[in-house]
Amino acid sequence: MGVALTRSAQWTAAGYGTGKLEITPLNEAILKEIIVFVESFVYKHPQEAKFVFVEPLEWKTNLEPSAFEPGYVVSETIVKSEEVDKNGQPLLFLSVPQIKIRSFGQLSHFLNIAKDAKLKETQACIEANRDPVVKILGSDYGTVKEDSTVLTILDKITKDEDPDREIKVKIAVLLKQLDLHLLNHSLKHISLEINLNPVAFKKDIEMLKRFSGKGEQTVLESIEYTSDYEFSNGCRAPPWRQIHGEICYVMVKPHDAETLCITCSAEGVFLNGGKADDERDISYERQSEVYKDLVTFLKEKSAKFSENMSKQEISFSEGKKMEKYQLEEAPKREQAPTFHKSISGSGKNPLVKNQINFGKNQMTNRLKPSLNWRATVDFKHRKSLLKDSQEEKHGVKLEKSRPSVSTGRGQLLRKYADRIEEIVSESCSSESEECEESPDLRQEANADLPSEYWQIQKLVKYLKGGNQTATVIALCSIRDFNLAQETCQLAIRDVGGLEVLINLLDTDEVKCKIGSLKILKEISHNPQIRRNIVDLGGLPIMVNILDSPYKSLKCLAAETIANVAKFRRARRAVRQHGGITKLVALLDCAQNSTKPAQSSLYETRDVEVARCGALALWSCSKSNANKEAIRKAGGIPLLARLLKTSHENMLIPVVGTLQECASEENYRAAIKAERIIENLVKNLNSENEQLQQHCAMAIYQCAEDEETRDLVRLHGGLKPLANLLNNTDNKERLAAVTGAIWKCSISKENVTKFREYKAIETLVGLLTDQPEEVLVNVVGALGECCQDHENRVLVRKCGGIQPLVNLLVGINQALLVNVTKAVGACAVEPESMTIIDRLDGVRLLWSLLKNPHPDVKASAAWALCPCIENAKDAGEMVRSFVGGLELVVNLLKSDNKEVLASVCAAITNIAKDQENLAVITDHGVVPLLSKLANTNNDKLRRHLAEAISRCCMWGRNRVAFGEHKAVAPLVHYLRSTDTNVHRATAQALYHLSEDVDNCITIHENGAVKLLLDMIGSSDEDLQEAAAGCISNIRRLALAAEKARYT
Amino acid sequence: MNRKKLQKLTETLVKNCKHFNKFEVNRLIKLFYSLVGDVVERPGMVIGLDRNAFRNILHVRFGMTDDMIMDRVFRGFDKDNDGYVNVSEWINGLSLFLRGSLEEKMKYCFEVFDLNGDGFISKEEMFHMLKNSLLKQPSEEDSDEGIKDLVEITLKKMDQDHDGKLSFADYEQAVREETLLLEAFGPCLPDPKSQMEFEAQVFKDPNEFNDI
Repeated sequence: MGVALTRSAQWTAAGYGTGKLEITPLNEAILKEIIVFVESFVYKHPQEAKFVFVEPLEWKTNLEPSAFEPGYVVSETIVKSEEVDKNGQPLLFLSVPQIKIRSFGQLSHFLNIAKDAKLKETQACIEANRDPVVKILGSDYGTVKEDSTVLTILDKITKDEDPDREIKVKIAVLLKQLDLHLLNHSLKHISLEINLNPVAFKKDIEMLKRFSGKGEQTVLESIEYTSDYEFSNGCRAPPWRQIHGEICYVMVKPHDAETLCITCSAEGVFLNGGKADDERDISYERQSEVYKDLVTFLKEKSAKFSENMSKQEISFSEGKKMEKYQLEEAPKREQAPTFHKSISGSGKNPLVKNQINFGKNQMTNRLKPSLNWRATVDFKHRKSLLKDSQEEKHGVKLEKSRPSVSTGRGQLLRKYADRIEEIVSESCSSESEECEESPDLRQEANADLPSEYWQIQKLVKYLKGGNQTATVIALCSIRDFNLAQETCQLAIRDVGGLEVLINLLDTDEVKCKIGSLKILKEISHNPQIRRNIVDLGGLPIMVNILDSPYKSLKCLAAETIANVAKFRRARRAVRQHGGITKLVALLDCAQNSTKPAQSSLYETRDVEVARCGALALWSCSKSNANKEAIRKAGGIPLLARLLKTSHENMLIPVVGTLQECASEENYRAAIKAERIIENLVKNLNSENEQLQQHCAMAIYQCAEDEETRDLVRLHGGLKPLANLLNNTDNKERLAAVTGAIWKCSISKENVTKFREYKAIETLVGLLTDQPEEVLVNVVGALGECCQDHENRVLVRKCGGIQPLVNLLVGINQALLVNVTKAVGACAVEPESMTIIDRLDGVRLLWSLLKNPHPDVKASAAWALCPCIENAKDAGEMVRSFVGGLELVVNLLKSDNKEVLASVCAAITNIAKDQENLAVITDHGVVPLLSKLANTNNDKLRRHLAEAISRCCMWGRNRVAFGEHKAVAPLVHYLRSTDTNVHRATAQALYHLSEDVDNCITIHENGAVKLLLDMIGSSDEDLQEAAAGCISNIRRLALAAEKARYT
Repeated sequence: MNRKKLQKLTETLVKNCKHFNKFEVNRLIKLFYSLVGDVVERPGMVIGLDRNAFRNILHVRFGMTDDMIMDRVFRGFDKDNDGYVNVSEWINGLSLFLRGSLEEKMKYCFEVFDLNGDGFISKEEMFHMLKNSLLKQPSEEDSDEGIKDLVEITLKKMDQDHDGKLSFADYEQAVREETLLLEAFGPCLPDPKSQMEFEAQVFKDPNEFNDI
């Protein structure tokens, strides 16, 4: 990974050794890839995972020693791994805060322990170990050199006399592969960032063209492309040059210099070798430094250019009279942010200082109402210039070319904006901490602006320059526009209306505030506007308004906050300015409604205030920290009270908030305590689909808890849920309802009720033609229902098995987990099993053992158990899966406890067939099982013991278990508190004790006393097994005695 | 004034007043007389607040600034057009000022804005009322242009029957759609803040209203 790390990763201040990784999406992606690599290392390459690094990777960790699981010797400040190297040194050694790790196995364990802090730990590790490859394999393997390929590594290794060089080779190759992968990955990222560049150049050139021509005041004499042909990707460079990132070439004639031939490339702008008159091609050689864009380049090359440019910038700030000509000039919107990034990322830019200034400019310009490029030349003058230049065949067909160009660009930008929004909202819903800023993307104001734009601009002018009366008139008039329309929303922003509207909120004029909020409330439906409002500091002001004595103001502010707080940064801002407490306080209004309404202008009903408060809280509750803040502010009892009202408008935001918050354990407890479930159930019967959906969703979240499930039943919630199943048009609601049914059906009593309400038949009907969100829940519910014999019969009779088996080929992980569980539940019924077998369901289940996700693996393995148990000719069936047995045995190398337990259970069933037992023995099941013996997970213990006792039935397996030291740990299982473990263990020990050596081990580990106790158990199997084991031990003792005396 | 007389006056005025209770009327009467000052009552002489005194009250107590609007408010109070606001006009006027329903306020505001009392707010009247509403910008060629434009905008917004002037019906409909337009051509009602302060002072502090 050396190359990728040195080249692609974006380090802050270059100082080697002390560098820090910048927090950029690219770095994060690289780190994530590395994490995936290390985490999967253990099961992909178990042999290599044990390899001990030449030098430990050492860094400062934030992990507490207490976080370490068994397998480690933990003291207050020191953690050692039980796994040691040849010299007895632990492979993981933590002495707070310094940690040293010396194998991939330990690294991956460590990452597992680190859980959420994975990313940070990996970053710290990489930062502290700038060349991890050298540390891992020794200095011979350093990959910093450019030409180091697999071959050179191989070369080095063959010279190497190292005893474990084979492993080293493998690791070296693996790291090399990772390196390549990382490079590819980061390439993808980088190319994403610079995608827009052709457009940026085009824009710049178009702009410059418009200000070029003869005369003193223009910036350039001429600027032209060398080629008229534009490729579909926006480049004009020939394809063989595009490979080098070059986009187009322009000939520029400044006033005070010779014609320059310039290359515009993805890396920047530079002077090339120029074009000789008699040749077609230009000389592509770079002749100058690389500049970050055309304007900077030209400023450097031509004094006249920079002088005239700055004139134009100044004239803009004065140039009021130019307003009438705005139509002629599409404002130049800076395209640079993405471009900047790529340059600073590659770190080749010599003009850092310049770039910073430029960035600042851009910041200040961004929010100005209109054009930062306005020429001093007046319109007529320019027109004549234009004519001139056209006469001179400079080929600037302005009128024709521009509109098409800018609309095209506008579309492109809008598309890009949409995509960003999508990405952002996606990551927000998953509540990752990083889903923050999306670049400020502005719609391109193009030449054919709608008439609304100009009208709005005029009104905003009155807003700015009017007294209260004029302001109110202007505000009311703006509201007459269709503010739901994006053009109007963006027009308000682009003419600088947002600043004015937000400033108005800060005044004392109640009427202006109301008018302004009424507009903001509407336009904040637009995601871009939301961001602008936050950027302009609108949220703190609106939060303050929540304290206003005028209720209608409070309402409007809350509603606007509800719209704005749709993204994370805004939600955080609301919280940080104390908005949550104030919003919660709004909920309280509904109670003291004794005060009579006074002035009809500013008053509104208390219920309305509470509703708006709930609406805002609903938006805010999508952030976890806000959920906590709402709880702390005492929001839950208030929400519970509001839930008792019967206004749908009120109930939807209230239930929405509760549903959002119910993801938190605290809330679920509070929801139970506040008797909220009762009202949720009541509202399931409402007519409003959205309300039903949120109620069902809240029940879905809360019903993880058994008591809550009972409450839903006791309050009669199961019937409405079952009824709602029949309406399948609204998929979102259907998903929520099926989710609630799934969670509720974890309780047996509920399942009985559902059967009564004929819900199971309906669920089976929903197995086809539904979106995945619904399917996951439906199948989950069926999986729970099928724990019951009668329901299994029902599902079979309704023809549910076929669609279930069909779903086994999906890829949705959550769905697969549920489907395997449901199929497994069905397979308990021999008749159903016949159907599953006929549909080849077992093979499908078996192939899911290869699924990368451990949950799916485990669930599939569990499902296989009843299948093997109930299939006819199970042994034959299992053998028919080529490579299947080997696959199962190899899964014993997993480090996921659930997978291990499930695979042990599967092996128990497989081993019932002698022939299969022989095969898995050949695949080395005995040593693998033995290795697991040192676990303290009771579930795994039980199934492991069962598997061991089954496997004892073949050949000299029971002797082998003894040789692999599985016996002694098994004896310790008897001290567990779980009787299931006792039974399985006693049986295993009984079978193991048939071997003399094992008998001795069992006896030595003090099993006899424990077994004697177990003979007194009420469990007959346990009694029998314990007694059998003791009798074996006793018999051996007698034989020994006999031998001694004879 | 003696208590008995005050009592009697209160009784009569309360009967005609929709929005104030006896206590409030009592307080307002006292305030009225303290504002008028010690004038010996003689037959034939009107006891009341003249234009200037009233305007002063509007300015100090209700934060109004526009002279023309204040004049119009005075006229609105002075129902009998005798140049004085007498005690009953005072009570009735304040009743609307402080507690009036939207309907009452609309009627009152329309009268205030209808400068010539012909039942319509014409373009000229609007221009007259709005002429100071835009800050004059030195660069602006003609600030009247802006006002005219503003009048057009207002007309477009409020003139429902498109006859180029606002009838009460036009005005009423526009205000019902958007209450912010109640005082469309200038503040002629107390702003909520000073209203609250006024009420707090007059109604809740019975011993100290004299030294206002």
